[in-house]
Amino acid sequence: MELVMEQKIEKRKKEKVEIPATGYVEHAGFRGFLHNLKIDFLRNKVIYIMCIPIVVWYIIFHYIPMAGIMMAFQKYTPALGISGSPWVGFENFTRFFTGPYFLRLLRNTTMIGVLDVIFGFPAPIIFALLLNEVRKFKGYKKVIQTVSYMPYFISMVVVCGLIVDFTQSGGLISNVVARITGTDVQNLLANPSNYWAIHIISNIWQGMGYGSIIYIAALAGVDQELYEAAVLDGASRWKSCLHITIPSIMPTIMIMLILRMGSILQVGADKILLLYTPATYETADVISTYIYRCGLQQYDYGFSTAVGLFNSIIGTAFLLITNAISRKYTESSLF
Amino acid sequence: MVVKKSLGDYIFDVLNYILLAFIAFLCVVPILHVCFASISEPALVDKAQSFILWPLGKPSLNAYRIIMRYKNIWVGYRNTLFYVVAQCIITSVLSVIAGYITSRKRFRFRNALMMFLAFTMLFNGGMIPTYMVVNKLGLLNTRAALLIPQAMGVFYIIIMRTAIQAIPDSLEESARIDGAGELTIMFNIILPLCKATFAVIILFIAVGKWNEWFSALLYLPTARDKYPLQMFMREILISAQNSTSSVTANAGDLMDNAQMYKTLVKYGSIVVSTLPILAVYPFCQKYFVTGVMVGSVKG
Repeated sequence: MELVMEQKIEKRKKEKVEIPATGYVEHAGFRGFLHNLKIDFLRNKVIYIMCIPIVVWYIIFHYIPMAGIMMAFQKYTPALGISGSPWVGFENFTRFFTGPYFLRLLRNTTMIGVLDVIFGFPAPIIFALLLNEVRKFKGYKKVIQTVSYMPYFISMVVVCGLIVDFTQSGGLISNVVARITGTDVQNLLANPSNYWAIHIISNIWQGMGYGSIIYIAALAGVDQELYEAAVLDGASRWKSCLHITIPSIMPTIMIMLILRMGSILQVGADKILLLYTPATYETADVISTYIYRCGLQQYDYGFSTAVGLFNSIIGTAFLLITNAISRKYTESSLF
Repeated sequence: MVVKKSLGDYIFDVLNYILLAFIAFLCVVPILHVCFASISEPALVDKAQSFILWPLGKPSLNAYRIIMRYKNIWVGYRNTLFYVVAQCIITSVLSVIAGYITSRKRFRFRNALMMFLAFTMLFNGGMIPTYMVVNKLGLLNTRAALLIPQAMGVFYIIIMRTAIQAIPDSLEESARIDGAGELTIMFNIILPLCKATFAVIILFIAVGKWNEWFSALLYLPTARDKYPLQMFMREILISAQNSTSSVTANAGDLMDNAQMYKTLVKYGSIVVSTLPILAVYPFCQKYFVTGVMVGSVKG
């Protein structure tokens, strides 16, 4: 009997990983982790001290707000705080899903996001390909490139100010549109049916040149001998573009597309807040602007947190799905 | 190698040059319009039927004379300059530190730390919970509210980390043998070797901060004296339709017509607020190109 006990104790001792005084241990559970932390700390004291502000900042400004998501399940009032406010389960969510604006918000967010990718994504690629065909006058190419970046550096407020100015009744763009369509001059921005077009076109105007940087860099890396060989084989310019240029920049295009798809439903509030009016909520109001109005203008904190949680869950899911699809069918993925 | 060009090639080339010139023209035309409108006679500007590409009427600097006396613009200017400088210092130093730490091979938990930071790119608390934290910390309506909540970004840390990882370990080791401490290694050995990346980060921060307005809308609800320039630009350009009086209150007797005055302030203030950045960016182009490349590769 005693012998068996002794054997068992012996066995247990062996199973327990010996923790040495110095050096790291592997696979030793929490105790091992603490040990490693201690050793590592003694070795890199200064690094640990430098870690402190960074970790603390990330906890305060990123991880505590994540915990603040609990407000989404409460009837939150600032006076009571998270610990004191009553829990209401999924009431905020059901109120949002059954509310009058849910379908409108979902439609606007999706349409603006999708249209922006359909039209805004190819624009810089086409621009870069056109620039790439300029072979003789490098100076000309350089000037065009530099000028095309310019809109990117103009602030969103000024861009929207220009949009408001040009599309008001009697504004320059309104006049042009009226002349082309043969209708009366009207305030384009005040008409809900124009909002998507205005939003997407101004996005392209602002982002096309800057967005082409990455493709221009990729095009510069294409082996020039390929083109020479293609010419000897009698390929036309169009053929070499189709069979040499585009395949060579395809990996870059794919990575950029995944990045774009991942954030397709994260339509930012800043531009829309500058451009929309209650008259155009019908097409311009998106989830992020709705969160802003509910949370910071009507102080409905619990409800707007719930809407925000819905938005970021969908956004994260989208990113993970596109990444998984791309990893399966192409060689490029983010993680 | 001489290749004979076909007629089709020539036609394509000519059309391509014209098309590119047209695209470039579309990119600058609103800016040119604003510049020339600001020195034109306001009455003619309001009646203009197309983009203004030369001064209408007698060129004058009236708009700029009014703006010189328009206090809000200069309050905004001063605040924005402060925010840009302060944010550049805070964020660049923290990004270097974070990039340095997460690239140390001797630091056992470097990858765990990087995961901890990178997770925030995947999922975040959202606008309202972040606002509540800023509010609870008592930062609302203070200048710190525009600086501290944006003190770090994973994007900058990744750029910095990638640059530091490219430096051979032997440099650090030899410095350590010579008795250099962690801070000496970071600032005197590592940092000088990734100056270009450091410059990229500072440029991105500066441009972003100069053009930022949304966090001021969130975190400075009542502190008008701390508004950055873009918030005043918003008042002039976007909400001007509703509050002509607030703009014209400053009019004095320079101009008796409120509409004319508004036109001048509008175009003049765009020029004043946008010119610094448009004057600088062509010279920093190569840094932006590097930044975009690194950022998207490591996205």
